[in-house]
Amino acid sequence: MMTAQLALSHLLNGLQLGVLLFLLAAGLTLVFGIMSFVNLAHGSLYMLGAYFGAAAFANTDSFLLAIIAAVGGAGLVGLLLDRFALTKLYARDHLDQVLATFGLILFFNELIRIIWGPSSIFIQVPKALDSTIDIAGITYPSYRLAIIAVGLAVAFGLYVLIQKTRVGMLIRAGATNANMVAALGVNIKWLNTLVFALGAALAGLAGVMAGPIVSVQPGMGEPVLILTLVVIIIGGLGSIRGAFFAALIVGVVDTLGRAFMPTLMRSLMERNAADAAGPALASMLIYLFMAVVLAVKPQGLFPANVAATR
Amino acid sequence: MSEMKASSLWPVTLRWSAPRTITAVVVIALLAVLPMIAGALESSYYVSFATRVLIYALAAIGLNFILGFGGMVSLGHAMYVLLGAYAVAIPASHGVTSGFAHMALAVAVCIPLAACLGAVALRTSGIAFIMITLAFAQMLFFGAVSLKDYGGDDGLTVGARSTLGGLDLSNNTTLYYVTFVTVLVALYLSWRAVLSPFGLVLRATKSNPRRATALGHPIFRYQLTAYVASAVVCAIAGVLLANLTLFASPAYGAWTLSGELIVIVILGGLGTVFGPVVGAIILLALEEALPMLIEATLPDYKSNWMLLLGLFIFFVALLLKRGVFGSLKP
Repeated sequence: MMTAQLALSHLLNGLQLGVLLFLLAAGLTLVFGIMSFVNLAHGSLYMLGAYFGAAAFANTDSFLLAIIAAVGGAGLVGLLLDRFALTKLYARDHLDQVLATFGLILFFNELIRIIWGPSSIFIQVPKALDSTIDIAGITYPSYRLAIIAVGLAVAFGLYVLIQKTRVGMLIRAGATNANMVAALGVNIKWLNTLVFALGAALAGLAGVMAGPIVSVQPGMGEPVLILTLVVIIIGGLGSIRGAFFAALIVGVVDTLGRAFMPTLMRSLMERNAADAAGPALASMLIYLFMAVVLAVKPQGLFPANVAATR
Repeated sequence: MSEMKASSLWPVTLRWSAPRTITAVVVIALLAVLPMIAGALESSYYVSFATRVLIYALAAIGLNFILGFGGMVSLGHAMYVLLGAYAVAIPASHGVTSGFAHMALAVAVCIPLAACLGAVALRTSGIAFIMITLAFAQMLFFGAVSLKDYGGDDGLTVGARSTLGGLDLSNNTTLYYVTFVTVLVALYLSWRAVLSPFGLVLRATKSNPRRATALGHPIFRYQLTAYVASAVVCAIAGVLLANLTLFASPAYGAWTLSGELIVIVILGGLGTVFGPVVGAIILLALEEALPMLIEATLPDYKSNWMLLLGLFIFFVALLLKRGVFGSLKP
């Protein structure tokens, strides 16, 4: 009975990590689909979102304003990045893109360090959500539930946007064959700018929502970025549906691994060694999972199309 | 790609009057006498620094072999440096100090590991290859963190430098020359390999894998062999690095180090044999000079030199298509 409740609580934690990863993966995978562009600096937008949100929350004491500041700020930075820094890189090969955005990561980390200092800052859980809810016999923090709810709502919104609207149709068409869409008279660059800014805004949203439950510090984007890359690779590059399922899988696998691996290891080795090795081995789990997926299905679980994965 | 011009990029016979040859010879000559200059200036620090530069250059030579000539973008090559460093630190903690044993262990573990990981990674190409190599490096990184008996997250100090026959590596100058000779050997081998029939097929897989296959070459075998060879070079760099710093830590396998190795290769000149050496000198000299430069102008921001480094890397990727050494005439 205890184990079932513990498992449920970890499952919810996994879902919560999963929806955050989806918010990050959505923008990254769409930009990749349209422009075949790899943006390692996507994690920096997540970090910027957290910091913008923290600054707004500290000054206004309103979490809603914090979210607006994070989404708007990260979206704006994304827009500027796309228009002024990255346009020239879209036509280059992946190597240059990786290198340039790797440089941007160092730049943004240091910029944050200059403005907000090197140590981590704290965002408090908004008062309205600073409570717990009883679900199926466990008490669960309502803030984390709110993250899951917002994440699922955004996922649904994206689904509607992409499947049911004209812009979404263009995005899908762009992901299938960007040159053809451009030839049909659509300004593909602006379409990409739109998607890039949208993705940046979603990364900012993920950042500010994660703010109260992680430590907000320079470099916080990198571990999340690497998880996000794993998500979009497993899901299939350019596929938003794939990103959604892969994000949930990775979130749950990672969280459950971290929760139960040490216990599992303890039955194999002595306690001290197991406590040390468990979390590290749990961290290896999703990479192992990704390696298996790629070895079996090199295009990912839900490949968007052949053109985008070239 | 303009690989038709490839043959003119690597002349089979060295032209001694070519700017690239002259640069390479001058740089090698300067590196050869560097400890004497440092000795005259009585600054032993620069010998250690130059050793570090050469170790990075060695790892970059390894990476360049697949990145520059094979077109395989590995964002995880630091894992083999990590492997080499632990091949020194772990035996040393058990009292095995022979450098030959360390080297043998590094190579003996590296070859099967790289063969397995490479075989899986090479099922993919393009962006997926970048990501899967990154994922493997992260696995090894966390694997090293989980080695609690060997320091875990904090890493492992090495008691003393490896013994290497009659050579006394505890002398910084000796270690420098051992590294220097290793780099020269690696340069020579990669130069010969690139010009060999093997290298020709490898370059063909970069410019057009489909056509290379159509010509009847089993390109997977060529790519895998190149991948393993490049991993071994990085592992040897790791052995030397652990000797220099007397320390091995999971941080040696951090993905940022893999990124730095790519920066070095591009900065020097992608697909040039000597480029990685030039790239390593420039990048590490910059990492050394930037803090000093900022301290002289804006002392408050001394610790924030990475901001400029980040911008520098960004503009290198944007503007410097052929790298510093690669821009010289062959």
